[in-house]
Amino acid sequence: MKVFKLIIRNAMRHRLRTFLTVLGLALAVMAFGLIRTLVDAWYAGARIAPPDRLVTRHAVSFTFTLPLAYLEQIQKIDGVSAVTPAVWFGGIYIDPKNFFGNFAVDPVTYLDMYKEIIVQPEELKEVLADRRGAIVGRRLADRFGWKVGDKVPLIGTIYPGNWEFTIRAIYHGRDKDTDETAFLFRFDYLDEVMRETAPGRAGQAGWFGVKINDANRAAEIGAAIDSRFKNSWAETKTETEKEFVLGFIQMADVLIAGLRIISYLIIGVILLVLVNTMVMTARERISENAFLRVLGFRNFHLIGLILGESLAMACAGGIAGMGLLAMTSRLVGQALSIYLPGYYVGLETYVIVVAAAVIVGCLASIFPIQRAVSIKIIDGLRVVD
Amino acid sequence: MIPLGYTIRNILKHKVTTTMTILGVSLVVFVFAAAQMLSYGLKSTLVSTGSDDNAIVIRKSSQSEVQSIILRDQGQIVGTSPEIARAADGSALYTNEIYVLINQPKRATGELANIVVRGVTPKSLELRPAVKLIAGRMWQDAGSEVIAGKSAAERYAGCGLGEKLRFGAREWTVVGVFDAQGSGFDSELWGDVVQIADVFRRPIYSSVTFRMADTTQFEAMKARLENDRRMEVDVFREKEYYAAQSRTLAGFIGIGGTIVSIIFSLGAIVGAMITMYASVANRVREIGTLRSLGFSRLAILISFLIEAMAISLTGGLLGIVGASFLGMLQVATTNWDTFSQIAFNFRLSTAIVIAAVVFALVMGLVGGFLPAVRAARLKIVDSLRAA
Repeated sequence: MKVFKLIIRNAMRHRLRTFLTVLGLALAVMAFGLIRTLVDAWYAGARIAPPDRLVTRHAVSFTFTLPLAYLEQIQKIDGVSAVTPAVWFGGIYIDPKNFFGNFAVDPVTYLDMYKEIIVQPEELKEVLADRRGAIVGRRLADRFGWKVGDKVPLIGTIYPGNWEFTIRAIYHGRDKDTDETAFLFRFDYLDEVMRETAPGRAGQAGWFGVKINDANRAAEIGAAIDSRFKNSWAETKTETEKEFVLGFIQMADVLIAGLRIISYLIIGVILLVLVNTMVMTARERISENAFLRVLGFRNFHLIGLILGESLAMACAGGIAGMGLLAMTSRLVGQALSIYLPGYYVGLETYVIVVAAAVIVGCLASIFPIQRAVSIKIIDGLRVVD
Repeated sequence: MIPLGYTIRNILKHKVTTTMTILGVSLVVFVFAAAQMLSYGLKSTLVSTGSDDNAIVIRKSSQSEVQSIILRDQGQIVGTSPEIARAADGSALYTNEIYVLINQPKRATGELANIVVRGVTPKSLELRPAVKLIAGRMWQDAGSEVIAGKSAAERYAGCGLGEKLRFGAREWTVVGVFDAQGSGFDSELWGDVVQIADVFRRPIYSSVTFRMADTTQFEAMKARLENDRRMEVDVFREKEYYAAQSRTLAGFIGIGGTIVSIIFSLGAIVGAMITMYASVANRVREIGTLRSLGFSRLAILISFLIEAMAISLTGGLLGIVGASFLGMLQVATTNWDTFSQIAFNFRLSTAIVIAAVVFALVMGLVGGFLPAVRAARLKIVDSLRAA
């Protein structure tokens, strides 16, 4: 018990320095946590994709469309329970800066497959009654202050012209991670306009969402779909929804790699701050430690004292950092919510922080311990700082 | 003013402490500089893709060639514009191109990436004099042959010289490799426009690029083409068009990198503060002596600030030197404006060096300020009495 008291007393000798060290560690832990959470949030879309949903798209790349007639053929394949067409519209709302995802979908079959998108039945009726009706996510509606009944103009990039839609429904996500920033409108409307203006582009879907009976057969069913269209002029590539989403997430591969590297460098900064403080402490206590040894304290006592102090500061920094992280991540999550849903700190991040604090605490004490133990008592007593 | 020699000897006295602080600052500056270099590298690669003399026509509001569709007769209309420069043989210097994305696995990881296949004409090469064949030969029409940019050849399966890849229900052979001087074309595959359009059943063009006879007449020509009722197009200077393709990703990396660096810097600033407080605490008597010799409070304040900033400047320079080695690294990623792969280098500029140095100095100033104030506020009597 005495040893613990001594550790605390030692740490409190330079209150300001200890406070600053703990603060420095806490800030770095917070930065580490915020960055890791950002990477996690980026992957949220892939994390939540259920295993019984596949996506069938053109084999060449997602910029090519598939004939709508494929829908019925996919439907017939053994193990497939539902198919729904969708297309990436890529429209711009006033300015490219206002980016959000906008898709043409078949509302009934789409909502039936993507159960995490919740639309009130009476609102859905309104969408079905209006060819230009749109369903928008709650967060997207909040972002631009849209209400049901508002008209939203989109400038077509892939499908030329100025398009106008009327918001008929606002959807909510079933889960915390559900993307509530999408803009959905009627596939049959897009197709109709194409038939009139560019007949060559009518009857085409960007991809098909495919629901299967048995998630364990995903690979097999995917292969069956692809072989059905093998050697046709529009070959398909079927993958799980998770893989499909990952393909898009990979577009930020460099940023994600960069953030990962930075998060490790931050641990390096934590280490540097703590080593700095521990080195100062060791320097000040050279003669004191020599006295302790004269009094009969053994090396392991000194090691315990130094290691204990280092660990105590590391853990205090880690705990304070987690507190800061819990507070700031909520703010950051709110600020990012219109772009990146699912920004919240995972348990894993907290575990890593604790582990990192313990490891850093041990590492930072190595140099001071080595110094304290290796010096001869007589030299230690002789030191005047 | 207290002599600089005094400050510097103080910095050198506690080597371990000084080193830790310098390393902390250098890590932050390294991250800051690396992010800016990445952003700048992407920007310069795309800027160098376009030429000042050329203009590019894409469909109105389509933003990029990926989404653009120019009907064939519209391509011919643009091609007959009087503003187009003439080649030595009198033909108009313009090219209709088609831009298609295909999935090919990366050699390194096997992950699928979107690669550009550009269907071009012989005039395309005349319009981009930087593009030079460095291995193999040109494709032959109707031969199912393509040539690959040197980054594409290196990075993606099936794109190296002599290798085969499959797209559009046909097997293609890479018969040549070209060097486009580090521009965006280095990440593309080029083949004959007629063949490429055929196999993808896209009887259209994505863009028309031409050499302007008189670049000063650009605005007038732009207005004329954009108001032509036979088509709906946007006309850009080629250089501006490509520069705009870097906007989203380069902006994101630049701004995101700065925000992360600032959050990151808090830890290093606190580290500098600890060092400087210790530096003050160790020298209380010295400070008293200096004061009694007649040095003012301001002189003490400045001396400690200089000490802090000298440490952070050293850290900053170390960080910049470290980051400059990244210049040897090439990165390939998806450009968000075109959805296609682009390879580019980390690239250092004077502006980045200056920004990084300023960043480091600010860190030293912020970290050193409170300790310097404490030093300056010490009373002579108290400090001389200190143990």
